[in-house]
Amino acid sequence: MIPELGSFCLVLALCLAVVVAVVPLWGSYKNQGVLMAMASPLTAGVFTFTAIAFALLLVVLINDDFSVNYVAASSNTQLPVYYKISAAWGGHEGSLLLWVLILAGWSVAVAAFSKSLPLAMRARVLSIMGMITVGFLLFILMTSNPFARSLPFFPPEGNDLNPLLQDIGLIFHPPMLYLGYVGFSVPFAFAIAALLGGRLDAAWARWSRPWTNLAWACLTLGIALGSWWAYYELGWGGWWFWDPVENASFMPWLMGTALVHSLAVTDKRGVFRSWTVLLAIFTFSLSLLGTFLVRSGVLTSVHAFAADPSRGMFILVFLFIVVGGSLLLFALRAPQVTQSSRLNFLSLENFLLINNVILLAACLTVLFGTLFPIVADALDLGKYSVGAPYFNAVFLPMMLVLMVFMGTSAWLSWKQTRAFNWQRTLLVPALAAMLLGFAFPSVYGGEFNWKAVLGSVFGFWLVLHTVAGAVQKSRLSRRGVAGLTKLSRSYWGMVLGHIGFAVVAFGVIMTTQFSVERDVKLAPGQSATLGDYEFRLDQVSAVEGSNYLSDMGFVTVKLNGETVATLYPEKRRYLASGQVMTEAGIDAGLFRDLYLSLGEQLEGGAWAVRVQVKPFVRWLWLGGILIALGGIWAVMDPRYRKKLVVGRSRSKAQGNLAAGASV
Amino acid sequence: MHPVRKQRLYIVLFIVLGASIAAALIFYALRENMNLFYSPSDIADGKAPLNTRMRAGGMVREGSVQRQGEALEVNFIVTDYANDVAVSYEGILPDMFAEGQGVVVTGTQTAPGVFVATEVLAKHDEEYMPPEVSEALEKSGHSGGETGGNSSSRPSGYDAASQY
Repeated sequence: MIPELGSFCLVLALCLAVVVAVVPLWGSYKNQGVLMAMASPLTAGVFTFTAIAFALLLVVLINDDFSVNYVAASSNTQLPVYYKISAAWGGHEGSLLLWVLILAGWSVAVAAFSKSLPLAMRARVLSIMGMITVGFLLFILMTSNPFARSLPFFPPEGNDLNPLLQDIGLIFHPPMLYLGYVGFSVPFAFAIAALLGGRLDAAWARWSRPWTNLAWACLTLGIALGSWWAYYELGWGGWWFWDPVENASFMPWLMGTALVHSLAVTDKRGVFRSWTVLLAIFTFSLSLLGTFLVRSGVLTSVHAFAADPSRGMFILVFLFIVVGGSLLLFALRAPQVTQSSRLNFLSLENFLLINNVILLAACLTVLFGTLFPIVADALDLGKYSVGAPYFNAVFLPMMLVLMVFMGTSAWLSWKQTRAFNWQRTLLVPALAAMLLGFAFPSVYGGEFNWKAVLGSVFGFWLVLHTVAGAVQKSRLSRRGVAGLTKLSRSYWGMVLGHIGFAVVAFGVIMTTQFSVERDVKLAPGQSATLGDYEFRLDQVSAVEGSNYLSDMGFVTVKLNGETVATLYPEKRRYLASGQVMTEAGIDAGLFRDLYLSLGEQLEGGAWAVRVQVKPFVRWLWLGGILIALGGIWAVMDPRYRKKLVVGRSRSKAQGNLAAGASV
Repeated sequence: MHPVRKQRLYIVLFIVLGASIAAALIFYALRENMNLFYSPSDIADGKAPLNTRMRAGGMVREGSVQRQGEALEVNFIVTDYANDVAVSYEGILPDMFAEGQGVVVTGTQTAPGVFVATEVLAKHDEEYMPPEVSEALEKSGHSGGETGGNSSSRPSGYDAASQY
């Protein structure tokens, strides 16, 4: 009964979504206030029914109703209850439902917090989001209903959730990632609505800016969480594989980063309008492309979830409609570019444009590397795989160039930077960056490592310029330390984000250049040395978990004769599926991680063991958090809120009771 | 020249320069790092070049896995039931590596039929078969009745004890 109720809720949500997609939009052309005003309550209805459906899926999972295919495929009676809940997004059907739920959630948030928007604009935005919702609800109901049953013969026990996914990281990683890339549907909807209305002005950019920043911050966190999860859960210490599924979320991030910056220019200076619209379309298209890649089963990789081709075709067609339709609209309606205003080389606009070009190029190289094997296979050119070395060789140099411009941009102003003295401004930080960048890795590693030096020089360049730029800009207001508070939150968000970027870069450089690892054969009582550390395998004993059996190693790590850590690596065998999992023993530290994983058991009680020391690996995720915080801090800028408050009082004056909470 | 035109010229030059650098980088990187897949039969037929990085795959022949000595050196035979390739590898094998199961190895062919692997990928659960491997088996006429992972709704993929 409950599964049928779930399907029914999805159908109701679909019906409402169809109405949202059509009626308010039609009303906006006919200038019918009543029809336009229907958008918000209808959107709330779509969200409500989707949320009920999702809650029902949770109920079915918790009750172990194995007559439902999805539950039988991705859950098990032995599974702890929190993993039964996270199983709701551990498989194909459930994760799509989460996709739609989050999409509906963003729509409701837009409906609630955009009361200051002109009625027609709001109606159009919500209609566009309704259309996307219709597409995905149709997809779920036609090809991937999580409530589909296999009656009358159903299995007495479920297949179990993939052990890789039985982990705290996987409880949070997908929802956060989805919040990010589904969130890009908001700037997309704003862009399309603006094209439809023929009003592409700075106000439009100001409305969509906080949403874009928020979605982008969520995506940043989601990617960082995913990387952290891969690091400790896959068991071998890798944190980024250039795996197509990772790229699928990384491409929207790169394009979204360009969009965030381009929106800033459009908001503050009113230029680059068409470009910004195009970026908004591209960013959401890449989100959809990512969904296609992951959900259609065209890939096989660490995350790939197998599926049948009907699903792939549906998303592909949907992708073509969305991308093709919006590009066509763009071609018809984009403002005829006759901006005669000259772009000064030493202006913030220009540097942000350069940043956009670099990010776009970086995104294209990732796209190329990701799609090439699929296209080659489809055209029967052979079965290629494009490995990490390709991405490292192409992508990393671009990031170095990006950092040069990021650092320099800290000194620039809008329009034209007056009295910019190349030597005086750039020379001191450049020399300092070179000195620090040379000294730090050389002293740390005890040898000259040109890659580490190169990376650190650029990292220090970025940090020094960003900090010095903030100091200079606040001193300009002649308030001393108090001047720091005079800078806007958007500015501090930028500072935080750029420093976060440098922290990530530093983590990448240090951990790739100075990590050491060794595969050894260890019997209990034996030890292996790696660098200054000595790892001793004290014993391996059998341990029983809630739904697995495990061989747990007890490893003592000594540094100069003193015990610094004890590691507990495990080799788990999950009972339901019989799968074997490596759980690494990790001692985390700000400056180094000690990482030990058990390989296979060899004869005579010995184990194949991989020991690793990974310096500064935590900085990767720490930097990711800083970047995300930067994005969130920028959203807090009262500049956006002020607009909303003004709008609210006006609507009150008009006797509209819709004065809800504002951001 | 008119300043606007001059500026446009700079922008165009910048884009052209950037695009060519990017294209050159991509081309260079791809040439080094694209790994074509060969089946044991391809290798036996001499279709696979020597000393070039590539991938190969098939089933691990029953009883062929041999660990040697103190080091973590291991030798095994990858087969598509028509032809064999001898693979040697030093290091830790992935969790799902087992005799009679599908495997994909990355490395170089040092002599005809001798493959030195730097990376071993095993299928991730019992139902799943790497697509290249199942296709290679089909071509050699021995599907082994073990394919069919594509209709599985379970997460699948490779489990790599890779060198990161």
